[in-house]
Amino acid sequence: MKKILSLLVAGVMLMGLAACGNSGDTSSTGSAGSGSGASQTAELSGTVNTDGSTSMESVMGALIEQFESDHSGVTVNYSGTGSGAGVTAAQQGTADIGLASRDLKEEETGVKSITVAKDGIAIIVNPNNPVANLSVEQIAQLATGEITNWSDVGGNDGEVVFIGREAGSGTRDGFESITDTEDKCKYTNELTSTGEVIANVASNPNAIGYASLSAVDDTVKALTVDNVAPSEATVLDGTYKIQRNFNFIVSDTEALSDVAQAFVDFATSTDASDLIADAGAVPLV
Amino acid sequence: MHILFLICGLISIGFVLFISIYLIISGIPAIREIGLVDFLFGQTWASTASEPQFGILPFILTSIYGTGGAILIGVPVGFMTAVFLAKIAPPKVAAVVRPAVDLLAGIPSVVYGLIGMMVLVPAIRELFNLPDGASLFAAIIVLAVMILPSIVSVSETALKAVPKEYEEASLALGATEVETYFRVSVPAAKSGIAASIVLGIGRAIGEAMAVIMVAGNVANMPSLFSSVRFLTTAVASEMSYAAVGSLQQQALFSIALVLFLFIMLINVILNMLLKWKREK
Repeated sequence: MKKILSLLVAGVMLMGLAACGNSGDTSSTGSAGSGSGASQTAELSGTVNTDGSTSMESVMGALIEQFESDHSGVTVNYSGTGSGAGVTAAQQGTADIGLASRDLKEEETGVKSITVAKDGIAIIVNPNNPVANLSVEQIAQLATGEITNWSDVGGNDGEVVFIGREAGSGTRDGFESITDTEDKCKYTNELTSTGEVIANVASNPNAIGYASLSAVDDTVKALTVDNVAPSEATVLDGTYKIQRNFNFIVSDTEALSDVAQAFVDFATSTDASDLIADAGAVPLV
Repeated sequence: MHILFLICGLISIGFVLFISIYLIISGIPAIREIGLVDFLFGQTWASTASEPQFGILPFILTSIYGTGGAILIGVPVGFMTAVFLAKIAPPKVAAVVRPAVDLLAGIPSVVYGLIGMMVLVPAIRELFNLPDGASLFAAIIVLAVMILPSIVSVSETALKAVPKEYEEASLALGATEVETYFRVSVPAAKSGIAASIVLGIGRAIGEAMAVIMVAGNVANMPSLFSSVRFLTTAVASEMSYAAVGSLQQQALFSIALVLFLFIMLINVILNMLLKWKREK
């Protein structure tokens, strides 16, 4: 008897849960759909091909998901091939929109860039570390193992433990390209998520690491770089140095298709700001 | 009804075949391109450098050392626990210890990793006065704990299967209880105990999640207190970012193939041990 009763109770609770899930889902999709207007949904259809920076994967993922759910006839493809390949794809027209997590170089002609977001990377140390400010050059020296003791940069005597992300990570790629330390960093620890980097830095008094600005919490201390504290504001006005642009690269001469233009407009609109922020980057608007 | 059983049997065989063939097909191209000797014995792994290098000797050695270390610590403890549970422990004590050991087997490996990362790694750093505690040593300790349940339960079963008459004869001849356990019971159960060790090796060499959280994951040649990367973690940590079809991704499949061959070898040894046990 008891068994049957408990089974019944469990069943009822499950149904209740399922019902909750359902009602939540429908209400959220309903509001998102109505927000961007029903008239557009009917008009837009087609495919947008985007190609390039792997660092932009999470931002693109968030943007694409929302854009596709707003416009049912639209497919946006993303392939992560690297910023260089993204620029080439835009130049040759093999992709509608190239993606580059850096600015265009002088020799890359025939295309223009549209910045959709900025990516700030915080340099974090243990809260007990007395060091509060480093220059970009000092950070690079700490990363490459030129400076091995904290006392050389005004800290306590202790061996520097440099903690970073695994090869291929966008944050690692960003940090190494900004500090110009590609393939030269001497890591003590290569971890597979930002959370692990923060947890390790929080537990090791001699650790230094890097993490997406949006992920940094109170358990670690974010250093000021060249006396500028990292924040959305200092990333936006460009005074905080460890940052880069997330750019859409489009052709100078050929006009974008309607659907691609709509996607660019969406990505640079205020509708996309929260999505970009949730994906760990700093929105421009 | 017969056909249903047949289909179920075929499904599992199908999966084994599919995974084996898939791994071999996707693992071969990178080995061809890099060269078998350079791949297996190269000492540098720099998959995303501008001039990439794909040498997996550090991973192979780390996996062997890590597993060996775990066996070195885990086997004596597990073996003694098994003898204790099977022969010495009063039934009431055994009734508490046995479920506790079994529970150890049920803890998800990510929990081992988390506790290792939060407790063990800082403890090793303090204890040995190192700049950082994430090391081969931390991974060995975590793996040693993780392989305990399989060693204990398989060895205990083997020890319990030893006929009572053997022990009674030994005791009647004047041997003490401890002498009897180690001179009579253990030799009689040796193939089962060996099987438990091989099982432990299999578990240790295939573990990724717990190891990735405590070992530091830098592709160094292994030493006890340096940050190291295992075969398993080499695949796990780079797979999510490797571009589809790139040499890096193919090389990761090749690492998986090497790991797969290691585990196959361990399984063959296990089967031989079990066969040896039956034939005796």
